[in-house]
Amino acid sequence: MKHDIYSTEGLYRIVEKADLSPTISRHVIYAPLIAAKAKAGHFVILRCRPGGERVPVTLVDWSPDNGTVTVIIQAIGKSTSEMNSLKTGESFSDVAGPLGTPVEIKKYGTVLGVGGGVGIAELYPIARAFKEAGNQVVSILGARSKDLLILEKEMASLGRVIVTTDDGSAGKKGLVTDAMKELYSAGEKLDSIFTIGPIIMMKFVAEASRPHGTPTFASLNPIMLDGTGMCGGCRVEIAGKPKFACVDGPMFDAHQTNFDQLMKRAAAYRQQEKDSLEQYGRAHDCRIGLH
Amino acid sequence: MENKPKKPTPSIKQNLGRHQDPALRRSNFDEVALGFGLEEAVTEAARCLGCKTKPCELACPVNIKIPEFVDLVYKEDIGAAASKIFETSLFPAICGRVCPQETYCEAACVLKDKFGPVSIGRLERFTADHARKGGLVTPPPCAPDTGKKVACVGSGPTSLAVAAELRKLGHAVTVFEALHEFGGVLSYGIPTFRLPREVVRFEVDMLRRMGVRFLKNVMIGKSITIEELKKDFDIIYIGSGAGLPSPMNAPGEDLVGVYSSNEFLTRVNLMEAYKFPVSDTPYYVGKKTVVVGGGNTAMDSARCAMRLGPESVTLLYRRTRAEMPARAEEVENAMEEGIKFEFLTAPVELEGDEQGRLRRVKCIRMALGEPDASGRRKPVPQKGSEFYIEADSLVVAIGQSPNPVIQQTTPGLTANKWGCITAEERTGKTALDGVYAGGDVVRGGATVLLAMKDGKAAAMAIHEKLSGKAE
Repeated sequence: MKHDIYSTEGLYRIVEKADLSPTISRHVIYAPLIAAKAKAGHFVILRCRPGGERVPVTLVDWSPDNGTVTVIIQAIGKSTSEMNSLKTGESFSDVAGPLGTPVEIKKYGTVLGVGGGVGIAELYPIARAFKEAGNQVVSILGARSKDLLILEKEMASLGRVIVTTDDGSAGKKGLVTDAMKELYSAGEKLDSIFTIGPIIMMKFVAEASRPHGTPTFASLNPIMLDGTGMCGGCRVEIAGKPKFACVDGPMFDAHQTNFDQLMKRAAAYRQQEKDSLEQYGRAHDCRIGLH
Repeated sequence: MENKPKKPTPSIKQNLGRHQDPALRRSNFDEVALGFGLEEAVTEAARCLGCKTKPCELACPVNIKIPEFVDLVYKEDIGAAASKIFETSLFPAICGRVCPQETYCEAACVLKDKFGPVSIGRLERFTADHARKGGLVTPPPCAPDTGKKVACVGSGPTSLAVAAELRKLGHAVTVFEALHEFGGVLSYGIPTFRLPREVVRFEVDMLRRMGVRFLKNVMIGKSITIEELKKDFDIIYIGSGAGLPSPMNAPGEDLVGVYSSNEFLTRVNLMEAYKFPVSDTPYYVGKKTVVVGGGNTAMDSARCAMRLGPESVTLLYRRTRAEMPARAEEVENAMEEGIKFEFLTAPVELEGDEQGRLRRVKCIRMALGEPDASGRRKPVPQKGSEFYIEADSLVVAIGQSPNPVIQQTTPGLTANKWGCITAEERTGKTALDGVYAGGDVVRGGATVLLAMKDGKAAAMAIHEKLSGKAE
């Protein structure tokens, strides 16, 4: 079916919503222009409703034929909680994109994907594109516990998967970097590494691969506002120079990334975010993130 | 109006308008300048001589038929006055607020030296507001559809002007906006206390009523390229503005609490962070805010910061008040609101704490030396004059340049060394056939009115090309 990419008819409607865990949901959204142009590594900016925050989320999947894009959202704050409370048939007020610079897909040989938490969802299309380009794909998937582990089956369809959890409820108990070290000590030949997940995890993935000289790329997730290169809020330091994650990235050379600065900047609004979520939680009798 | 003064009576004292009390307005985002009532407007209109030579109209960047609309205000036919303005500009409520009339029509008014000029800008605003609130606005008629399709990139003032003119001539116009609100800088940049959003929405909506199609959330150059657009449209007009913030390149600029004016204003204005947590986007000003710069954006940033309730807002400018590029009225408004000005002062380094949060700003005093290339006297740092200002937040408002994404993704499009797209001044023609550009993406950071002027000029050139009249 051919979709009019310039039409606003039915735009941003949730065609299908599924809960993958109590806090993680998959949304399939009607957005034909984005679906027609999307590539691995692209992201979109979502707004739940007028007055809502602009939330950047990397695309997990897209179908030009159906005119839809797929995102997976973990409820960690007020905005993401509100998004996950939307139902099939309801609409986001805004989906902007595709934004960012897609990942350069080429033949490396063996590509290791390291995904943490909901970052696994964002790793999936990239790993798939590398597989389609003739690479061998190995994945390390990390999660706090079994019920927060997502897309294991989908990742397994692309190649070997190693699972680690903090509490040992699935796969090996430990960190993704423990699994990386095991691969290196087993003499595994890794030609490049792509990692998406919490900043602290990506930092240690970069440190684990640095001594081996494996080209390593991390998808950075700084606080972002417009997503179009206008505000500079998402600036990150790459090789000592400021870059805008929204237009230059979000994927950057992890060995050249100043993760410590990224972590400090990501905490800029922690107090406000906490207050906002608590207020929302009180109003909606919801306990997300309030342990 | 009863006991109406005779027109012309130029000796009536010029009405400079009323303002919200500074002590009140510094803690709200309501409009600062209060509009004329009908009686005030008619009285001010009575001052106009109705000069045959129309110096005011000739000085207007968008050629508003000033003596005629002012006369209709005097006759209390406000709907007709609005329609008269619409003949050349569809955005009187916007222009009536943000145009620096003191440098255009009011500077050209023959009454200026003896009595003070007619308050043309305030009359324009009155006409637009009165007509809007009274339901007296009739969108202008459009010529029959020509079947030609035009895409405008960006929905700021220059694209709106292009869209208005070309739609009137019967062309199908689609406006693409990267953000979720239309209006470009009118929505994300200019604060609501200078330009209420319902005004922008109303004038955008008038174009929609005329049949202009508006598409939000599409970033040309990323979502879809100019080359791809060319397959679906006969003409592309690039009016994507100057949205790239200039950094100071001072150590410590990445500390938490340091904002570009673009980010700060976008949070406060577009995202309505001032309503947080009712709105969802947070802001941070802390107890002490410093703003760096001397232009209108610096004034807007400082005045927005003040309204968010810090103990103090201090503005640093490296030259003196006389060299400030900001409109004099904005500087006065800012001073009245309690913003502290440190002239001949520049930041050299930003210092933070262990959490990476801004704590203080190391500054240096300047002295004015010889004139530089801009003709203004160059600020020279004074050795040994360094001192510190405590600050929890700092807004860098020292200039913008065009976002480079379109230039980078459009082969054949040329730009100058500042990243501005090169285009013919009179027509907006770029190096690519069928692609035009204007406003800040060509000029760098200029004004709303010059952007509209570019848009009107380009629209005429585009219409000639579409009608096969161009060379």
